[in-house]
Amino acid sequence: MIAEVGHFSLILALALATCLAIVPALGVYQRRVPWMELASSLSVGAFVFIFIAFCCLANAFLANDFSVAYVARNSNTALPIAFKISAIWGAHEGSFLLWILVMASWTLAVATFSSGLTLDMRSRVLSVLGFLQVGFLLFLLLTSNPFDRTLPIFPQEGADLNPLLQDFGLIVHPPMLYMGYVGFAVPFAFAIATLSSGRLDAAWARWSRPWTNVAWAFLTVGITLGSWWAYYELGWGGWWFWDAVENASFMPWLIGTALIHSLATTEKRGVFKSWTVLLAIFAFSFSLLGAFLVRSGVLTSVHAFAVDPERGMFILIFLILVVGGSLLLYAVKASGIRSEAGFDGTSRESFLLINNLLLVVATAAVLLGTIYPLIYEGMTGGDKISVGPPYFNKVFVPIVMLLFIAMAMSQRTRWKTTPIPRLIHDQLWPVVAATVSMVLFAVMFAPSFDWVVVGTNIIAMWIMLSLVIDWWQKVANKTDKVASLFKQSLSYYGMLLGHLGIAVSMIGVAVTVYYSVEKDVRLEPGQSVTLSGYEFTLVQMNQVQGPNYVADQGEIRVRYDGEVITTLLPEKRLYNASGQVMTEAAMDDGIFRDLYVALGEPVDTNAWAVRVHYKPFVRWIWFGGMFIALGGLITAFDKRYRSVRRKVHVPAVGATA
Amino acid sequence: MKFGKMKTHRRNRLLLIAFLLLGSGTAVALALTALNENINLFYAPDQIAAGEAPVGHMIRAGGMVKEGSISRSKTDLKVQFVISDMQESEVTIQYEGVLPDLFREGQGVIARGELDANGLFLAEEVLAKHDENYMPPEVIDALDDAHAKANANAGKNVAPTGSTSSSYKSGEGYE
Repeated sequence: MIAEVGHFSLILALALATCLAIVPALGVYQRRVPWMELASSLSVGAFVFIFIAFCCLANAFLANDFSVAYVARNSNTALPIAFKISAIWGAHEGSFLLWILVMASWTLAVATFSSGLTLDMRSRVLSVLGFLQVGFLLFLLLTSNPFDRTLPIFPQEGADLNPLLQDFGLIVHPPMLYMGYVGFAVPFAFAIATLSSGRLDAAWARWSRPWTNVAWAFLTVGITLGSWWAYYELGWGGWWFWDAVENASFMPWLIGTALIHSLATTEKRGVFKSWTVLLAIFAFSFSLLGAFLVRSGVLTSVHAFAVDPERGMFILIFLILVVGGSLLLYAVKASGIRSEAGFDGTSRESFLLINNLLLVVATAAVLLGTIYPLIYEGMTGGDKISVGPPYFNKVFVPIVMLLFIAMAMSQRTRWKTTPIPRLIHDQLWPVVAATVSMVLFAVMFAPSFDWVVVGTNIIAMWIMLSLVIDWWQKVANKTDKVASLFKQSLSYYGMLLGHLGIAVSMIGVAVTVYYSVEKDVRLEPGQSVTLSGYEFTLVQMNQVQGPNYVADQGEIRVRYDGEVITTLLPEKRLYNASGQVMTEAAMDDGIFRDLYVALGEPVDTNAWAVRVHYKPFVRWIWFGGMFIALGGLITAFDKRYRSVRRKVHVPAVGATA
Repeated sequence: MKFGKMKTHRRNRLLLIAFLLLGSGTAVALALTALNENINLFYAPDQIAAGEAPVGHMIRAGGMVKEGSISRSKTDLKVQFVISDMQESEVTIQYEGVLPDLFREGQGVIARGELDANGLFLAEEVLAKHDENYMPPEVIDALDDAHAKANANAGKNVAPTGSTSSSYKSGEGYE
């Protein structure tokens, strides 16, 4: 019964979303204020019914209602309660319901916090968001209903959630990722609204900027969590695989990164307007493309959902509709836009242009590698290929290195014009200091001298020094230095933190990639293996009983210089319901190094295959990611977005295009 | 490099276009070179048996792990097993290291590596999906092709064995 309530709520939500897509938009064109004013209540209504549907599905999981097919496939009575909650978004149907809930939440947020917008603009934005909700809800109801029943004969026990997903990482990773993916719908809606109104001005950038930054911050958190989860859960010690689905989340992030920079430039200087609009359209288009790649099964990926051509076709049509429609609108409306201000080749604007260019090129390179198997199969009539990580490393890494150099140089540039002697002078000390310190550091501490690592670290240090110098200069000539620390804007601190995060991640990636040591060995109890000075001894194998699994547990003692530093307990689990075997790696984590142990399989009566890793600086990758996300978030809470909103006040309604 | 005020806009646009052309040109050249060096073609067991696969090139091969074919070294992690297309063609694969969790007999797997002169496949990586019901699409196709060919060769009076890959479906993985 409750499942039917959920299903019915979704249908009601679809009806409300349809009204939201149509009524306020009609109101704008016919200048009927009451119609436009309906937008907010319709947004609330759609959210409420989608939320009810979500609660109904949650209830089905908590109540072990295996007559609901989705629950029967992804849950089990023995599943711990936290995982029953996260199982709601553990497979295709439920995760798309979460996607829609997130979509409705963003819409609700826009309806609630956009009182500073003109009624006209607000109605347009909410209408666009309503249209997107209609598309998503139709997709869910027509192809992927999570409330389908297995009646009359339903299983007494569920098939259990995929063991890989029974983990804290999965509880938080998808919601964060979706907040980012779907969040790009907001700048997209602003872009469409502003294009259709024909008033593309700096105010538009000011409206969309905080929303974009928040969405982008969430996407950053989602990707970082995904990388961390892959590291500790997949048992391979890898943190990025250039897998099609990883790329699907990475491409909107790259475009989103270009977008937040270009929005900042548009807001501050009134340049790049039409380019920014185009980026806003593309950021969301890449989110949709990601959904298509993940949910259609066209690409071989460890992430792939159930393969269903019908679903893929639906998303593809929706994608074409959204991208095609918005590009058409762009072609018609954006041609008359002119920049108000000029700038020269060494100005901050130029560096931001380089940033955008490189990010777009990097995205194109990732896109090419991701969909090339499809193109190749189409061209050769069925020959299957895969594109290996070496392609991505070869193409992506040089591009982002250029990007990082531009980033380091641009830190202290000025808007409009930076005299070239000054630009060079500004780089001198940071570059010298970074080079000397990093070379010395490598000579003293690194196991071997490698120019790629040292070079990357030099650029990272160059960025950090430039950040600190810039910060100091902002404060140094003030009489009260401490007070002036607090007077800097939040968006400035957000920028500092975000860029610091990039530098931290760079160091983490370079050091981990070049200095990690990995060994697969055969160990019998009592035998040991030595790696980078750490001695790992397999003391014994134990049997462990979990809530819904049994496990072989290795007791591995780690010694350094003869002293026991830790005992690691990696497990090989056998899940009762699904019969699936899973590796649970164990690690001793630290700021400067992780020790990582995973059990392979038993290779003899009492010998096991064991994989041991020594991974220096690997945590820096995710620390950096968190700094970046925090930076994006802080920026959005800058005072000026609140005060400006109150100032930009409702000119007369109308002036439609 | 100060531009005249009057023409700033036009110059900027020119600068932008030049940048775009240069950037995308370099990127495309870089990308295509790297792409050509790093694509791994997939070969089915019958193609390898027929000598269609190149020796000494990084390729991928896939099929079902044959029952009873896994043999391990007593001293290290060397392992050898046979993948088959469930008809006549088989390929022997050698690998050293930890195999994935879902590697077992009767499971569809994909190996990435090189073929040596004796027809032995030296794998650098063995992939099995993180889901026991999942079959890589390449493997499904390979088995279906082999099955169809076997039927065609045997003539019309042989009933299908019923144990081909059609009974497998690409299942759900995780996100």
